[in-house]
Amino acid sequence: MAVKKFVVGCFDEEGVLFDGVKKVRKAGYKLHDVYTPFPIHGLDKAMGLRDTSIHSAGFLYAIFGTTTALSFMTWVFTKDWPVNIGGKPNFALPAWVPIIFEFTVLCACVGMVITFCYLCQLAPFVKKHHFHPRSTDDLFVMVIEPTPKSNVEEIKAFLQTAGAKEINVQDAETGWWLGRYDKDRKLFEERKESSLA
Amino acid sequence: MALLKYESHVRPPLVEGTKTYHQVTEDIVRPIEARPSMLWWAGFLIAVACLLFGMYSVYREVTYGVGQWNLNKTVGWGWDITNFVWWVGIGHAGTLISAILLLFRQGWRTGVNRAAEAMTIFAVMCAGQFPIWHMGRVWDAFFVLPYPNTRGTLWVNFNSPLLWDVFAIGTYFTVSLLFWYSGLIPDLATVRDRAKLKWRKYMYGLLSFGWTGSTKHWQRHESLSLVLAGLSTPLVLSVHTVVSFDFATSVVPGWHTTIFPPYFVAGAIFSGFAMVQTLLVVTRKVLKLEEYITIEHIEVMNKVIVLTGSIVGIAYITELFISWYGQNKYEMAAFQNRYDLSTPYAWAYYLMMGCNVLSPQIFWFRKMRRSLFVTFFMSILVNIGMWFERFVIIVLSVYRDYLPSSWTTYYRPTIFEVGFYVGTFGLFFTCYFLFSKFFPVIALAEIKHILKKSGESYKPKQKKIEEESAEQLHHHAHGVHHDEFNY
Repeated sequence: MAVKKFVVGCFDEEGVLFDGVKKVRKAGYKLHDVYTPFPIHGLDKAMGLRDTSIHSAGFLYAIFGTTTALSFMTWVFTKDWPVNIGGKPNFALPAWVPIIFEFTVLCACVGMVITFCYLCQLAPFVKKHHFHPRSTDDLFVMVIEPTPKSNVEEIKAFLQTAGAKEINVQDAETGWWLGRYDKDRKLFEERKESSLA
Repeated sequence: MALLKYESHVRPPLVEGTKTYHQVTEDIVRPIEARPSMLWWAGFLIAVACLLFGMYSVYREVTYGVGQWNLNKTVGWGWDITNFVWWVGIGHAGTLISAILLLFRQGWRTGVNRAAEAMTIFAVMCAGQFPIWHMGRVWDAFFVLPYPNTRGTLWVNFNSPLLWDVFAIGTYFTVSLLFWYSGLIPDLATVRDRAKLKWRKYMYGLLSFGWTGSTKHWQRHESLSLVLAGLSTPLVLSVHTVVSFDFATSVVPGWHTTIFPPYFVAGAIFSGFAMVQTLLVVTRKVLKLEEYITIEHIEVMNKVIVLTGSIVGIAYITELFISWYGQNKYEMAAFQNRYDLSTPYAWAYYLMMGCNVLSPQIFWFRKMRRSLFVTFFMSILVNIGMWFERFVIIVLSVYRDYLPSSWTTYYRPTIFEVGFYVGTFGLFFTCYFLFSKFFPVIALAEIKHILKKSGESYKPKQKKIEEESAEQLHHHAHGVHHDEFNY
């Protein structure tokens, strides 16, 4: 990953933030991300993000669970080790419904959570740059990446007019790295040097 | 989750007082950052003591065999299976609140879902202990898993309800845990970013998986929660259905009835909500969260209790009626063993009826629903009643079997049978005390999400919106947030 320069604007009202996002996109600035303490509905649309397809992944995991459970039990009871249980049929589909259902749900949930963690790069000991510590408390943090077409001062002035309460410029790692949150920025500093070398 | 942007001002607020987002964080995270009180230590140590006695009881049972319990040939399922079903039932409220009420768009769930889900997980952990240690040769417990083995391969019996139980409880525990923890991640990140102490930063940094609050992540998180809720809804109904199959698919009179699945599910919700009330009435007081878990929340849950209690009541009466209507003499005898006052366990049947059917009717009165004392007292009563329901179903159906010479005179538990039960209380409360100390007991992000439409200080604005025409309201509710961008 790379260390880049960012202009950070902090808002304290989600309504102001919404208008700000609209204006940023109209002005053509490169919006890196918006960090919020809770989900704000419609913000993803306003930012122009596409819908997530994590639920489709869930559907695939569910299908996998259903077919695995059904085919495994069929194989066990009709091919591998058929047992005569009171003369009942070996292929006892109604009796397998509970396990097929449970296994479907299990696969879908576990698969989705793992997919979610993978897509969002979430795991223990993952450390990411935080543009503002209060972005998980009460601030809505809009991060704009300056491009050759836009300069930093211009973006700062823009954020000012958009209603940001706090504006600053930060050099930040865009990805994640292995680290701990009790070691303040140290690792990030080191990495910056090594990545430049 | 996606709730309405507007909520009628007639509805009572879900968050009382004048709150800002920061104030919400302060109120909910405060107990985590403060030193635990003496009361906490006292409760925690009592719970640990119970847990230790439970561990000793289990040690006795494993070392000397199931003979440490008063089970015998006739009463093969006694206290242990009663306790198993009781704990599983309690473990139903959390997922019901967080999944079904989410799909029903019930805003009040946000105040109680986190604690209720935690309670669910701990209750299922307790429940799981009973069938495992009941196996006797617990070192062979892994035989219940379908894995290729050197005995044939001799597989497990997929047609057996007991194996369905393994899958149902295992899946339920896993899914509840994932659902609970994925919801916790953003809140743990809030605690992490406020932390001043080094170890706290380290611990919560570890637990919060590097959450940042990126919009894309929230979008996925929302989608994940919704799908998990959708999957958990049939799951939570299936779990107690499968537990009831353990009985309903047998040929024992009193168990062999088709009414069991819905009857068990209603009973599970009933007892689960009672346990939520027991815990939250105390938690909200001790952690000073009365403005988030309001009397409205308590009242709504009491309504659920009177509804499910009445469903359970109908089930009891239906069962009784059908045993007479069916004119099967074994079935009739099984029920005579319950209601006939001259039989040794009739007191258990009437205790069950009194606690589960009669006493919750008090909640038809608003004043009673809103009384904390009555709520707490009733929640205990319901839990006792629901324990006796399982005891009545299990022990009263088997203690007099087909052969009078093998009837047991009077099954009563040994000290280690009771100790095991006490031990699961220890496990449950040890976990709950640790949870209430180290985790946010209320879903922070979800409260913030509903704050501006259900918070007391924001309610007057809703009134203004409510006076608008339908077109204006539509614009107001959807205009800002759903603008299409065509760049």
